[in-house]
Amino acid sequence: MSALGESAGPAAERGASEGLPSALAQAHAYAAQHRPVRTEPRAVRIALTLVALAFLTLFIGLPLVAVFYEAFKRGWQAYVAALIEPDALAAIRLTLIVAAISVVANLLFGLVASWCIAKFEFPGKTFLITLIDLPFSVSPVVAGLVYVLLFGSQGLFAAYLQAWDIKIIFALPGIVLATIFVTFPFVARELIPLMQEQGTAEEEAAISLGASGLSTFFRVTLPNVKWALLYGVLLCNARAMGEFGAVSVVSGHVRGLTNTMPLHIEILYNEYQFVASFAVASLLALLALVTLVAKTILEHRLAEEDR
Amino acid sequence: MSATPTRLAFRQPSVIPGFGLTLGLTLTWLGLIVLLPLSALFIKTSELTFERFIAIVTAARTLHALQVSFGLAFAAALVNVVFGAIVVWVLVRYDFPLKKVVDALIDIPFALPTAVAGIALTALYAENGWIGSLLAPLGIQVSFTPLGILVALVFIGLPFVVRTVQPVLADLDQELEDAAASLGASRTQTLVKVVLPSVWPALLTGFALAFARAVGEYGSVIFIAGNLPGVSEIAPLLIVIRLEEFRYADATAIATVMLLASFVLLLIINRLQRWAELRGSKHA
Repeated sequence: MSALGESAGPAAERGASEGLPSALAQAHAYAAQHRPVRTEPRAVRIALTLVALAFLTLFIGLPLVAVFYEAFKRGWQAYVAALIEPDALAAIRLTLIVAAISVVANLLFGLVASWCIAKFEFPGKTFLITLIDLPFSVSPVVAGLVYVLLFGSQGLFAAYLQAWDIKIIFALPGIVLATIFVTFPFVARELIPLMQEQGTAEEEAAISLGASGLSTFFRVTLPNVKWALLYGVLLCNARAMGEFGAVSVVSGHVRGLTNTMPLHIEILYNEYQFVASFAVASLLALLALVTLVAKTILEHRLAEEDR
Repeated sequence: MSATPTRLAFRQPSVIPGFGLTLGLTLTWLGLIVLLPLSALFIKTSELTFERFIAIVTAARTLHALQVSFGLAFAAALVNVVFGAIVVWVLVRYDFPLKKVVDALIDIPFALPTAVAGIALTALYAENGWIGSLLAPLGIQVSFTPLGILVALVFIGLPFVVRTVQPVLADLDQELEDAAASLGASRTQTLVKVVLPSVWPALLTGFALAFARAVGEYGSVIFIAGNLPGVSEIAPLLIVIRLEEFRYADATAIATVMLLASFVLLLIINRLQRWAELRGSKHA
């Protein structure tokens, strides 16, 4: 929608300057000179800017700075020592494994779901999108709990799992499932609106020229959505690595085994090992910053391709 | 629907292949990951008698935890709407140094893991922290009180308001404001009668999104809250506590209330978004 607005603007102005009577041009010039009515007095502008910046400093800037300050409070050596300690390394490794599986799962799901939703018209589509969005609004704790109710020792499938000796809760599968749940909408949510906007004309052309469905997807659709896809993957990854509530319920907090980085941070913090806790936290904060930088670059790319 | 009397078409015809396959995979995956687990919650809750369910949900500790979660989420969403609106206005309409950086940093609460935010806020607002030490002489204690919960919920909710309202205000045609001004409206009148009605649906949507997120928030809150039952204990934490006590029925009943609240909020948000879109297209 914003793209339409932008392209309409210059066209309308061109029309005005080329063909319309000069009285209108004069009116435009007059309006341009009397712009001050559009904005607030200088004092108000400065005051509002200061209020906004103070609020953002207090709620966003300071917490971010505090993470790194607390992490380096005892110097580099304490910082590095906290990161190369075996339990920390195990937590980092587990977090990477969980994030890798969840991101791939949601990437595949996102592509399949957005193909089905954006390229076809069928009843119940809006409802399907709402269901895909559902995990966004479920409390992370509830997300963890529902898997305990399914696979836990008192769960609905407890008897089967015991018979086959499969462990899901307090083990890797449970952590992965809970993470996939909370990151479920991320990729699909980025792809669906973009693919809907792009329509089906290019795919229809490719197919009527004899391309197979798969090669149409890989050569036409995928290149069209690659930046949005990357963007979704990025956000999905950040959330997957940082998920706390849902994972905390299903993990069982076994040090060195089922502790992800956020859980390791909690344990260290509760043991008053603040420097170590903030050191691990600083890695995730760094990931957040890298994600935001990449996001800003990608948004730039997306806006350019829109033009 | 272009259905012939002989064959009812479920979807509109298209030359693009893969509808059955992708719809089937989507529904299967959605069913396995989201719907089956969520229905487990309702199955487990239905094993309780109605009286038992009501007794759990209306127990003093549960009621208070729900009250803390919903009440403070509401207050935090209000704070976010007010300051979020100012932030959006400043970002869209004014110029100042490093504006692009500030704009990008708004998303920090999205990207920063909640546990990291939780310990950082606690460090800041503790009595010996940067902000806490300034507030202590005034007799204001933030960490380990409900006020601390409010701070955490404001932190996580802010980008929802800003990112919902920002594109709407940016798309707003300023010529409407010019027109109002040239017809003799004061700046305040223009803002209240021209700008506010256009961004109002987006503000409400942002409020609802921030509220929905804050109600279920866990990670950033538990570090700063103090978690005193009846005072600063949030509902998600009570679920975790009941689970650790193996009181599954209690955990399930409270979670059902939370989940139903999420459903209602999701419905409201959908309505609001459609309303906001209609408003937007009318102005465009």
